[in-house]
Amino acid sequence: METLSYKLTQNTLEVVLSGDCILQNLPDGLPEMCLQNKVSKIHIDGKLIKTWDSSLLVMLTYLSEIAAKQHIHIAFTNLPSGVRELLELSKESAPNRQQQIALRPDFLTRLGGFGADMFERIAKGTRFTFDNLKTFFCSFFKTMSTRRVDFLFALEACGPSALPIVLLISFMVGLILAFVGAVQLQTFGAQVYVASLVTIGMTRIMGAIMVGIIMAGRTGASFAATIGTMQVNEEIDALKTMGIPVNQFLVLPRLKALVLTMPILTMIADFAGIFGGAFVAVLALDIPLSEFVKYAVNAWQLRHFLVGVFHALVFGFIIALSGCYFGIECSRSADSVGKSTTNAVVYGIVWMIVATGFITLVFQRLGI
Amino acid sequence: MNKNVIKAKNLSVGYGANVLLKNADFEVKSGDIFIIMGGSGCGKSTLLKVLTGLIEPLEGSFDLFGADFLQTKEKERRQLCQKTGILYQGGALFSSMTLAENIAMPLAQYTQYSQKTIDELVSLKLALVGLKGYENYYPSEISGGMKKRAGLARALALDPEVVYFDEPSAGLDPVSSARLDELMLEINENLKTTLVVVTHELQSIFAIGTNSIYLDSSTKTITAKGNPKELLTNPPNERVAEFLTRGKM
Repeated sequence: METLSYKLTQNTLEVVLSGDCILQNLPDGLPEMCLQNKVSKIHIDGKLIKTWDSSLLVMLTYLSEIAAKQHIHIAFTNLPSGVRELLELSKESAPNRQQQIALRPDFLTRLGGFGADMFERIAKGTRFTFDNLKTFFCSFFKTMSTRRVDFLFALEACGPSALPIVLLISFMVGLILAFVGAVQLQTFGAQVYVASLVTIGMTRIMGAIMVGIIMAGRTGASFAATIGTMQVNEEIDALKTMGIPVNQFLVLPRLKALVLTMPILTMIADFAGIFGGAFVAVLALDIPLSEFVKYAVNAWQLRHFLVGVFHALVFGFIIALSGCYFGIECSRSADSVGKSTTNAVVYGIVWMIVATGFITLVFQRLGI
Repeated sequence: MNKNVIKAKNLSVGYGANVLLKNADFEVKSGDIFIIMGGSGCGKSTLLKVLTGLIEPLEGSFDLFGADFLQTKEKERRQLCQKTGILYQGGALFSSMTLAENIAMPLAQYTQYSQKTIDELVSLKLALVGLKGYENYYPSEISGGMKKRAGLARALALDPEVVYFDEPSAGLDPVSSARLDELMLEINENLKTTLVVVTHELQSIFAIGTNSIYLDSSTKTITAKGNPKELLTNPPNERVAEFLTRGKM
């Protein structure tokens, strides 16, 4: 049975809908047909409709829109009550595209907003950093609202739990350093100096940087996710309304744990890296272990070692503050926890590299 | 006559340019169960955030226990906070702590009680909300209704004079919701605690409310004040009547 029949009388198009007006049965092109016939009035009769679905509503809505644009009068009669009500509802729609565009601020306003927002974020981040550094140093002289158990949990997460991956990555980095260095040094017949290269490289900077990157991805992300979830669950609001300082309760134990463990992990990473270098030297470059150890000991200097440890300390502050900051700044959705975690890692690593550049420059000027 | 515990003066709340409520003046008397009601998006929860000190108002001020809250220094504000408790929508219990640790936290923070006394107080507070024996459970191990009751036990830990409730019935089945209402009435009656409740649950509003304000999202003002039951019988405007009768005027 045809679902649609029509006849043209004077300037009026009479359309009769019948039977099952569902997606499979409705013909395409009714609105176009109305336009082709240059009518001034359309009358749609739904008296014979048996069943219908959303496709009928879509067709009628589309027809109404086109008719309104072309100044064609359109009338619906005998439509099923459900169709009538849904058509009425669909008229109460959201602002149209033009209205939405009009509501959107212009480019300059958005640029200004972006600048103001950026300034506010920098100010907030700076204030957070200084407040927490102050809390950190004050914590050695006065009692803080910190639970020992929180510190111990953070210590365990930042220390022993991270050790296996730190050992593996540092060993591999030492191994790669030795391989890459050996290729160059072999051209001068000086491959034995691979021991010096790996020792200085690992102790001065590579050990700290590798541990920093691992900890930013592992611990910094974990801090942001944990604190971010607390934000979503209103736990941070609860802390604030209880008058418990968030900096002391949430940030301080994590900051202390990471600042304490980073130098230790870096020292371990240094040795793992040198061991990786030795592995390559002995097995691939035929350098006797005693020779490697002799050159490594000669190359090892306290100042390089301390520079590495200093980097680790600074990285500890950066990673912990970045993780906690983005966790606290997280908004109230699951999606924002993901964003906070990503930001914590990205900003943590970026600021680590910036700090490394700055420290290197200063130490070079100081001749360290 | 009961004294004012909260007195809001010309309070406007919102976020930046988005003003949700303007020029709000109201008083919460000691012993009241004060309902802040209104439709979605009218600024109820934002007003609560202002009253609890989580955000600053756009304009105006309010007194808490006679002190101008916004002018208080950090130390004084913390002292005022100790006299208040809050129950959040989801309970906001610290997930890494047991129920006992959650409730003990404000006690350890603000009192000099021994661990033994704190443990006893924790058991007492849990018993008060019907959760005796759940001391060592973690929040993830209990139901939504139990979380709210545990949150209430934590809010009551320091015997506050005022307890705020943010949508206490949200997400609860009708029976749990009614039980929570009864619990709130008991606390109000027996502990003489003033309750400030943000809600749009009509059953709760009529069951517990002794005083209320209605926030109108279209005018962004308070358009009705008084006992909810009286407002129902004698609504000051159509919007309030519509709200209190679920649109069946």
